[in-house]
Formats: sequence, C-alpha cells, structure tokens
Amino acid sequence: MTGTPMVLAENIHKSFGALHVLRGIDLRVEPGQVMVLVGPSGSGKTTFLRCINHLEKINAGRLSVDGELVGYRERGGRLHEMRDSEVCRKRAEIGMVFQHFNLFPHMTALQNIMEAPTRVKKVRKDEVRAAAQRLLAQVGLSDRADHYPSQLSGGQKQRVAIARALAMNPKLMLFDEPTSALDPELVGEVLDVMKQLARDGMTMVVVTHEMGFAREVGDEVVFMDGGLVVESGNPREVLTNPQHERTKAFLSKVL
Amino acid sequence: MTAQDEAAGTTVSRPPDIKAVPVRHPGRWVAVAIIAVIVAMMVHTAVFARVKRGNSLQTRFGWGVVGDYLFARPILQGVLTTLELTAIGMAIGIVGGILLAVMRLSVNPVLSGVSWVYLWFFRGTPLLVQLAFWYSGISYLYPQLSLGVPFGPEVTHFSANNLIVPMVAACIGLGFNEAAYMAEIVRAGILSVEEGQMEAASSLGMNRALTMRRVILPQAMRVIIPPTGNEVISMLKNTSLAYIAAVGELYFAQYIIAARTYQIVPMLLVACIWYLAMTSVLMVGQYYIERHYARGAVRQMPPTPWQKFRGLVRRRPPTPAEIAVDAGADLPTWHGVQGGQH
Ligand SMILES: Nc1ncnc2c1ncn2[C@@H]1O[C@H](COP(=O)(O)OP(=O)(O)OP(=O)(O)O)[C@@H](O)[C@H]1O
Ligand SMILES: [Mg+2]
Repeated sequence: MTGTPMVLAENIHKSFGALHVLRGIDLRVEPGQVMVLVGPSGSGKTTFLRCINHLEKINAGRLSVDGELVGYRERGGRLHEMRDSEVCRKRAEIGMVFQHFNLFPHMTALQNIMEAPTRVKKVRKDEVRAAAQRLLAQVGLSDRADHYPSQLSGGQKQRVAIARALAMNPKLMLFDEPTSALDPELVGEVLDVMKQLARDGMTMVVVTHEMGFAREVGDEVVFMDGGLVVESGNPREVLTNPQHERTKAFLSKVL
Repeated sequence: MTAQDEAAGTTVSRPPDIKAVPVRHPGRWVAVAIIAVIVAMMVHTAVFARVKRGNSLQTRFGWGVVGDYLFARPILQGVLTTLELTAIGMAIGIVGGILLAVMRLSVNPVLSGVSWVYLWFFRGTPLLVQLAFWYSGISYLYPQLSLGVPFGPEVTHFSANNLIVPMVAACIGLGFNEAAYMAEIVRAGILSVEEGQMEAASSLGMNRALTMRRVILPQAMRVIIPPTGNEVISMLKNTSLAYIAAVGELYFAQYIIAARTYQIVPMLLVACIWYLAMTSVLMVGQYYIERHYARGAVRQMPPTPWQKFRGLVRRRPPTPAEIAVDAGADLPTWHGVQGGQH
C-alpha cells in the first residue's frame, strides 16, 4: 500500500466544451495489477484512458502515472504545461491498444512492430528486429511477419497491435475494448494473449465487456457511469453480487 | 458433372448449352460504315493529299517539313528545356504544396492564415500573368535588389535583371503556382488518413513531424499520387506559357523556326508530336507509381498490362507467384484467413 501506484487518479474532471464527461474519478492501480473498467456507452471510459495516455488534457484534479503528473510539471508550487517532446517521451512509456487496431496499413506486421523502437528510441535495427520477432512469436504470429494488415484477420491484427505496443517496453498497458470489433470466434485468441500478459506481471487497465476475462485475471473491476465510479472491488464479488442498482442493471444486460 | 457434385456423391445431368439466335444490331454496322468513311477522308487529307506551295508540290500537312525539323537541334534543345522546367516546377510545387498543406492543417492560426492567403492569390490569378509578373514585374518594382538588415543598412545590392533571368522566373512562376494546387491535393490526402493512425502513432511516442513523415504522408500518397500525375502532365503542357518569359522551351523553339521559315502548321505539328510523346511516357509512369502505392491497401495487385499480355499468350491468367515476381517480389501472396487460429 505504501509503494508508488502505477496510476493514481484523484477527482479527475474532463469536459468537452459544455459536455462534462468525467465528473470526479478516483482510482488507484498498483504495479502488476489488472484493472477492468466497465460501464455503459458514453460513460467516459475511453476518455479516461486517453487522459492517462496524455491524448486528452484533464481540466481538474490530479492524475499521475508511476508517481509523475500527467501533462504537467510541478515547479515552485505551480503547474507548468509539458512541452510536446516531454509528452511524447511519457507516451512512449505507456502502451495503448485500440478497438479498431489502428495498425499502419502500409507496413508489414514486423515493420509495424519495429517502427517506434527504431524511430523513437533509436535502438539498433538488428536488435529491434530480433525483439520484434520474439514478440510476434509471443502472440503466435511468427509466420505472419511479412504480411500487411489487410492480409490478416481481425484477431491477428489485434495481436500484432499488442505486440507493437509491447515493443516499447511499456510499464503500463491500456486496452480500449480490444475485442469489440472482432468476430466472436476470434475473441479468444486475443484474450489469451492478454491473459498471458497479465500473468507475466504487466500492469493493465482494460476497458472490456468480456466479464469472463474480468473474473479470470482482473484484480479489480471498476464500474463507471455518467463520468463517475459507481462501484469497484474484487471482480468475483462485484460481478456476482453488485451492490448498486445501476451496476445490477448494466450487468444484467452484458452477462 | 462438376468436382463438387462428385464429392457430394450426387449425379446431376447437365442440360445441353443453349443455342439461341443472337440479337442483330444493324445500327452498329451503319455507324461503322460512316466512321470508316470519315477516317478514310481524314487519312487522305492528312497523309496523301498534295497541295502546291510556291513551286513545289507538298503534302497538305507538310510532313516533309515536319520530318526535317522533328529532330533539329533547336527543337531537341527546346524539349530538354521543357523537361527541365517540368521537373523543377513540379519539385518546387510538391515541396511547397506539402509545406502549405501542413501549414493549412496546423493548429497555429497564423500559419493556416498565411497558407490560405497564398492559395487565394495563386489560384485566383492566371498562370500566364504570374509568369509575366515574375519575368518583368520584379525588375520593374525592385530594380535594385539588396541584401541586408530589414529596414536597416544594405550589405550588398545587385540588379534584379541579372537575378531574374528568364529560366529562374519561369521556374519560380510555374513552381509557386503549382504549389497552390499541390497544397489542396496534399491536404485532401492527409485528411483521407484515418484519425486512428495519428492516435496510434502518438501513443507510441512518435512526435508530430515523425508521424507525418512515417505514418500519415505515406498513406496519403494513395490519394495524392493520381491527381499529382495529372498535375505533372498539366505542368508539362503549361511550360509552353514560359515563352512569355522568353525561355527557349519547346513552344518557343518551334515558334522561332516557324517565324523564320513561315512553316507554321508543320512546326506546330512538330511541337504536338513531342508533347504527345512526353505525356504518353508520363502516363505510363503514372500507372506504375499508382500501382506501387496501392501496396498494403489491396490484397492482390492487379496484373500489369505486360502480365495481362503474357497471360493472353499463355492462355491462362498469371499465377499470384508470377505476379509477385514481376512486381519486384516484395509482395506476399494472399492465402486467405488461415484456419487453425480459431
Ligand atoms: N473529442 C471529443 N469531443 C467532444 N465530445 C467527446 C469527445 N470524445 C468523447 N466525447 C463525448 O464524451 C462522452 C464519453 O465518451 P467516451 O468515448 O469516453 O465513452 P465510452 O465510455 O468510451 O463509451 P463507449 O462504450 O461507447 O466507447 C460521449 O458523450 C462522447 O460523445
Ligand atoms: Mg469507448
């Protein structure tokens, strides 16, 4: 309890113009923990993940990743906005996996994985290639290294996307509905990769409607609604015996 | 009986092929006859008809003169200058266009405003006027160009007439004008790339410049290349306007000969033949470049005309492996979504 939390959100607020999307989120993710975020559409799950990854700026509250503020720098008791180059460096430490994969379509699977380590971290190409091949093996796609995304199935694309994020050696992985765009029979292969990652000790924040996954590898499940955390706790307890009416109503729809 | 039927163990008796009387199209034959007569008349007047000019009998179009001058030194020199102008003009246009497009899409209102004003001016005035302006306007407005501190002491100065020599004026004129059109093409290309690509690159820690160069622009190419091919072809033809700046490109070269020999029509034919030859080569090049940038977006490349031709000779379509070999072998073949993963 005394270690530095990987993610610490204190009373986070975020608005898009007049639309108040996050209305006071409090969360804590310990290193090595898997937190599953669930909630109805529009509750702000994606927005919260994007805030963690500096893709959106929060309007109020304090958000820190691994003990360092997100988007700001504290100097002399005042907050200074981070420069673009600093933001990029922070983002490089956090992996993100998207619902629609967002692989680079003009690069092969291997090139997708190698791009950021070679260009951002400037690691030697042969080292990167070896690491990329290891990652492809880890997600079970060694034989697809030279395929372009258009030549891969949805499940294969998402596994390449996970490998691409892992190639930067992130200390935190964010997943935004990684299996929602997949045919049902392809969901399992992606979840298997994520489960293995969780067992290997990766800190993960996962937005998903896969309650089986939450129950199996989630350390904590957080139910969000209307920009607020409604209920959180051990997945087995929250999912089988929700306390809050809104949680019950939501779970009865997705289970 | 098909293989499937056999596999299914059923026997289907196939009825005989239908033999029906095809619909007659008498109108087509009438059209063919009319067109044949017109073509014959055109060939006759263009190739065989002779007219008396001076005291010699010549073909109506003066093909003899065309042949005499087609490879004349001044004409070849003009062709070379036309190609130079096209290349330099396009180079300035593409670099300027990318710059203007990125500025236009920038969050900085000053940059996007400057870009807008540039486009407004250069697309709103005729190219001929712009070329004339670069050629003579500058030396009229600023006869003494000076280098020095703005509004401060001059360090050096020289005559604009030496600087804005015809070729430089033409390159600047064609290039700056082209940049305005290329900017719109590049901007459409950038906007055609999915927003998720930007996000994915950002989440990997790539900065804006790197994302633009490595992720956005290569994908925008697919949208940018086809209209750019058209722009190159327009540019090649627009170089003829550089005669206003006294540049000895193809049109100016043939004009000088025509003015001296009074062989106006044959010399225009010489110019047409060269323009057509150059644009034809460009069109073929455009086809292959477009094909290259379709990589990754289509699962199987369409065959090139050469592959189609070989396929025709072989009487079977080329196999994917052959296509991959012909295309430079960097294309994986599509095997379909493999089972076993499920
Ligand atoms: N860039 C933006 N500009 C304006 N409004 C936005 C923006 N991004 C999100 N919103 C709004 O914020 C609200 C929360 O969106 P968010 O994507 O975070 O929801 P979500 O919980 O991820 O929903 P879903 O399950 O549908 O993905 C929505 O009403 C959405 O319309
Ligand atoms: Mg979402």
